[in-house]
Order: sequence, then structure tokens, then C-alpha cells
Amino acid sequence: MKEIYKEYFRGNLPHIWCSGCGNGIVMSAWARAMDQLQLDKNQCVGVSGIGCSSRITGYLDINTLHTAHGRALPFATGVKMAKPEMHVFVFSGDGDCAAIGGNHFIHACRRDMDMTLIVFNNHIYGMTGGQFSPLTPFGKKSTTSPYGTVDPDFDLCKLAIGAGASFVARGDIFHAKQLTDLIVEAHNHPGFAVIEVMATCPISYGRHNKIPKPADMVNYLKENTVSKVRADKMTPEEVADKIVVGILHQHEPLEYTKEYAKLVKRLQGGEK
Amino acid sequence: MAKKLYNVTVQEKLCKACGICIALCPTKVFGATAEGKANVNNADACTGCLTCEMHCPDFCVEVEARENE
Amino acid sequence: MSKVRLVQGNEACALGAIAAKATFYAGYPITPSTEVAEYMSTMLPPRGGKFLQMEDEIASMGAIIGAACTGLKAFTATSGPGFSLMQELLGYAVITEVPIVIVDVQRPGPSTGLPTLSAQGDIQQARFGTHGDHSVIALAPSSVMETYFETINAFNLAEKYRNPVVLLLDEEIGHLRERFDVEDEAVEIIDRKRPTCPPQEYIPYDNNEPDGVPLMADFGAGYRYHVTGLTHNEKGFYTSKLPEVDASIRRLTSKIEDHVNEIATFEEIELEDCEVLLIAYGSVARSAQEAVMELREQGVKVGLLRPITIWPFHDQRIKAACTGKKAVIVPEMNLGQYAREVERVAPADTPVCTLTRVDGEMIEPAQIVAKVKEVL
Repeated sequence: MKEIYKEYFRGNLPHIWCSGCGNGIVMSAWARAMDQLQLDKNQCVGVSGIGCSSRITGYLDINTLHTAHGRALPFATGVKMAKPEMHVFVFSGDGDCAAIGGNHFIHACRRDMDMTLIVFNNHIYGMTGGQFSPLTPFGKKSTTSPYGTVDPDFDLCKLAIGAGASFVARGDIFHAKQLTDLIVEAHNHPGFAVIEVMATCPISYGRHNKIPKPADMVNYLKENTVSKVRADKMTPEEVADKIVVGILHQHEPLEYTKEYAKLVKRLQGGEK
Repeated sequence: MAKKLYNVTVQEKLCKACGICIALCPTKVFGATAEGKANVNNADACTGCLTCEMHCPDFCVEVEARENE
Repeated sequence: MSKVRLVQGNEACALGAIAAKATFYAGYPITPSTEVAEYMSTMLPPRGGKFLQMEDEIASMGAIIGAACTGLKAFTATSGPGFSLMQELLGYAVITEVPIVIVDVQRPGPSTGLPTLSAQGDIQQARFGTHGDHSVIALAPSSVMETYFETINAFNLAEKYRNPVVLLLDEEIGHLRERFDVEDEAVEIIDRKRPTCPPQEYIPYDNNEPDGVPLMADFGAGYRYHVTGLTHNEKGFYTSKLPEVDASIRRLTSKIEDHVNEIATFEEIELEDCEVLLIAYGSVARSAQEAVMELREQGVKVGLLRPITIWPFHDQRIKAACTGKKAVIVPEMNLGQYAREVERVAPADTPVCTLTRVDGEMIEPAQIVAKVKEVL
């Protein structure tokens, strides 16, 4: 096994994910990003909610907190507030983050604490056997939308930008090298960094929507993604059906823990 | 200049036979076992692009530059 | 200058938390507990402590558990509906054995109920509100001074047993203002046991600690372990192996219940020769004490057992107190939630009577006096 996997994983493999699940590709990208970042593992915390992707924390050789459904961000907020010097990575799924954790998500964007949120968007509740989520595209089939969903879906990145996150990016598992770079940039951004990762679930999503082969799902992403740079030069009609990847938004954050530290300093007489 | 060569290995124990490396490899380095797991049947064709390594969801494919023979 | 002040129950709770070395608070405003948050938002920042106002009570619980994992003493305060929302993560803190304190200033329910009035309707919810088998510690002080000391005790017990502790105030105690002077009181502060072994030897959920409480490493201290709400083995990783699940779930309960003698505290008033026993807690115990004094003046042999520790329930102690009595009366601002526990352990020939009130007002001493005369 590659050295970086030995360095950043705990060795309790194989993981629980199904054959062809895209989650492992995200986990691999995270390890490569960690290899670039060269952080002290003792000062890194991984926080996740509930669902397939949230099981990632069990495999990462850092401090890990596998929490309750939808609640990873509040736990992470507590960790970061308590120890602002720690590097906090939050792992969530589309159901975990956008449905049950939706309120926590927008408030984490608003607070803009310096942490990295990686959302594994495979368009489905995998752990419970394939029900549609708020990120399932309109019309797609699932075990609770056997005739196709009539629920409109969120654009998670627009939601994050609207709620105030200072770094918002979208990646996908086909562009694995770019995904690694996005994780590095998200970590290095000094505010709340959201990466929506277009991932794949061949078993619970692909099979219901006529793309059962893992490789076909990966190739779908290859063919239907366009970079932000290219998308900016395309007409709205041309971009409409495409998945735009890259850094979609970035601004200078008013980072929460730094502002809090300033308040403490002022109250303690250190700064007038 | 001689073509740069690579060693490609698949850790069979971890492979879940998803077929992603087989399908994505641009130079057809991989074949499949009877169980559908990846096996390396043409390592000499490898160009070292690492597509297989980065897309293996089970961390079982590894590409390393071959030492000069 | 006199150190004596007039202090509100909720403020005493905040002062107790500071005295207990709590450095992290996260909460969501809700009547009648909000003053706790207000005092903490005033006191923590100048001390370098951390105050967070979260988006709801669930998030508040998540934040304090996260902070507690890094080694801080963390707590939240809430009431009624907020306490209901906290139940899931209360269970998370139980199974992951993360020490936290939850202050529940009780108000009448169900649902929104009567936000500005008082109740003791969360007694059973504090014990059984989260799903699955578990144990909790819950304390119910009866005065402002006692609220201060029991808040400190709550943090100490949370740290000692690695368990959530619920401080069950009621609106009467939370909003009561009375004499407060703690300047000269020495208080003991207990910290969780932390590992000193090399990281590779650390067993985060060791079932073999003599007191049943494993050592807890701070995130960042070099131990890099896994915390999960799934049933886990001693190393902290998910398990569904029957013996591992069984051992860990049983230990979660036994580490509390086996130490009931050390945890549970009571006040006894006129118990020696009493024929009628009152069992009362929180604000109602004040009325009960008044009733005992009045009845004793009339020659009625009545006494009061006041549990300060509501949970764990001390079966033996309560049973012994009930034994041989003509009657036991449990006055409480609910429909008999603690009385059913007393009934469970009282001897078959001892009648256990309820005296209940659920309109948001206190049970008055006269009501208790009348009830005692009725059963005699």
C-alpha cells in the first residue's frame, strides 16, 4: 500500500463502502491533500455526521469524532471554538448536510469559522438503502421516488455563498487531482471552506437511474463537468446542464475565532 | 531515450472488483480476474499517469517508477 | 464591605459554573433559563472562556460535546422544549462518555406549555428521555446557595463519571432571589482522569478500570482516538459483536448505579421519630419543610427526606426511609413522576400518596399540611 495511505489511514481496511463507491476516491484525495499540507496529525480533527460518507472518520489517523445525523458542524464548531489552533475537517453527505443538517450548514457558513467542510454529494441516502435527498436532481428515481422525484433540489454551493461562506468550491471524483488541490486550498483558506464533491453511488443511485456501472458513473462526471474558467465563457444555455467545478467563490473572511480572540483581548485590557 | 517504465500492483485482498481502473486506464494495463478483480496484464504499457491510483476507491492500486534494469 | 449579596438562582448557577472552572458555554435563548446564558456571555469572555450562541438547542449540545472532547469543562442551559431537543445528543454524550452539564430550568409542558411559570415535569425525561438503556445523574437544588454548590457538584460528577449531568432547576428556583455569600466556602474541583501512557497503549473505552470509568484523552494531546455514537469496542471503533456490545452498554449504567452511595446526597429533617414521611425536592421541598415545622408545632410526627440527587435513585435509602411509616407523601409539581419511583421501592404495607400540582404555581405549605392530616 502507498506510504501516504499508511501515514494518514488507521489501517483498519477494507472500508465499509460498496464496490465502486466514490467515497473512497474522496478519501484518497484527502490523504494526498494531507501529504501536501504536512500538518501535525495530533492537531487535526475529523468530524462527521451519519451516513455512508460520514463513516470516513473511523479510518483517518487523526482525532476523529463521528457524531449524530446532521450534527457534524455544531460539534466541529465547538472543537474549533475551544481550540482555534486545531485543523478541523468536517465530512458530511448530501442528506446529512443539506436536509437534517441544513440549518447548521447555513449558520456555519454565516459564522465563517476557519474549517474545511467536504460534502460527499452522491444524490442519495445510501446507508438507508437509497432514498432521495435534497440534492437528488429533479425527476430521478429512488426507493422513495419510484416514479421520479417531484422535489426540486438545492444548489448547495449557491446556498453556501448566499449564507456567507468565504470559500466555496465544487469538485468531483473524476477530477481527482483537482479535488486534492481544492482540499489543500480549502484548508489554507482562513475561513469556512465548503467543497461540494460530486461523488457516486452505483448501488443505490446508479442502479435506479440506468447507470449501474461504477466506471460509467465516473465517466458521466468526466463528460458533464466544466471548469469554472470555461463555464464563465459559455452562455447560460450551454452551462445549464453542466456541473461547474473549481473554486466558485472566495472572499476575505471575518473569521469567527479571530474576532472572538480580539474581543477577549480588548476585555482583558490588551487593546483599547 | 528509452521509454520510462512503471510497476503497477493491485492488492487483491482490498480490491472489490468495481472495474474503475480497468475502464479508466488509457493504455489498457489492466485485465480482470474471473471474479472481476483487476489484474495487471500489461505493465509495460503504463505511462505513469496515476489515473488508476487516484480513482481506486479501495486504495489497492499502486504505480511506481521502475528502477533502471 | 459585606460580601452578602442578593442573587438569582440562574445567576448562582452561572457563578457556580465559573467556580467549577467551566470555560465553555453554548446555548440557545429560552425562558426561564435565559439568564444563565446572559451571565455566561458576560463572565466568560473577560476570563478568556468561550461563549457561543448557537442556532438551536441541538447545535448547543453538539458544540459543548465537541469542546469537552478537547478537554474543556462545557455546559448549556435550557428549558422545556429545548430540553426535549437535546435528548438525542444527551444520549450521544452518554455512549461516548463525554462529560458535560445540562442545566434544565423546568417549566410546565408538554410543548410550549407555560414558559414563565414553574414545574417539575422533566423528572422522568431527565432519566429516560433519550433512547436506549443508559444512566444519568440529575441534581435538584432547593435554594440559591445550593444551586451554586450543586452546579459545582454537577461538573465534578460529570468529570468523575464521564457522563452528562442534568441540573434540574425549576422556574421558582431559577428566578428566586435570596441571600448569597460563598466567599469563604472552600470547594473541591474534580477533573477527569487523563491518560499518561504512550499513545499506542491507550484504550479509550477500557472496560477494566476499577471504577468503571475509562481515562479520557484531550483531542490534541497526541492520542488520536475515535469517538462514535455507534456501539464501540474498547478501542473506540464500531462493533456489533455481542459480548463487546453487552459489556459496554452494561458498564455505561453500572458505572453510575454502582456508585449511588457516593453520588446520592439527601437532607433529612425530623426523620428520627416521624410517622408520616414527606419526600420532596427542588422548590417544593421548601414548602414541605415549612409544613413539617408547622405540623411539628401541632405535635404531628412528620419528617422530610429531601433528595438533592434525583438520579441515580437510591433504592435502599428510600426504601429504608419509607419502612414502618404510616404513610409517605410525595408532593411534586407534576402528576407523580417521582412518586412512582418511591412506590416502586416502598414496602407493600406503606401507602405512598401523591400530592400533585400542574398549573404552574408552587405547592403551598398549607396544601401539604392538609394532605398529612388527611392521611393520618
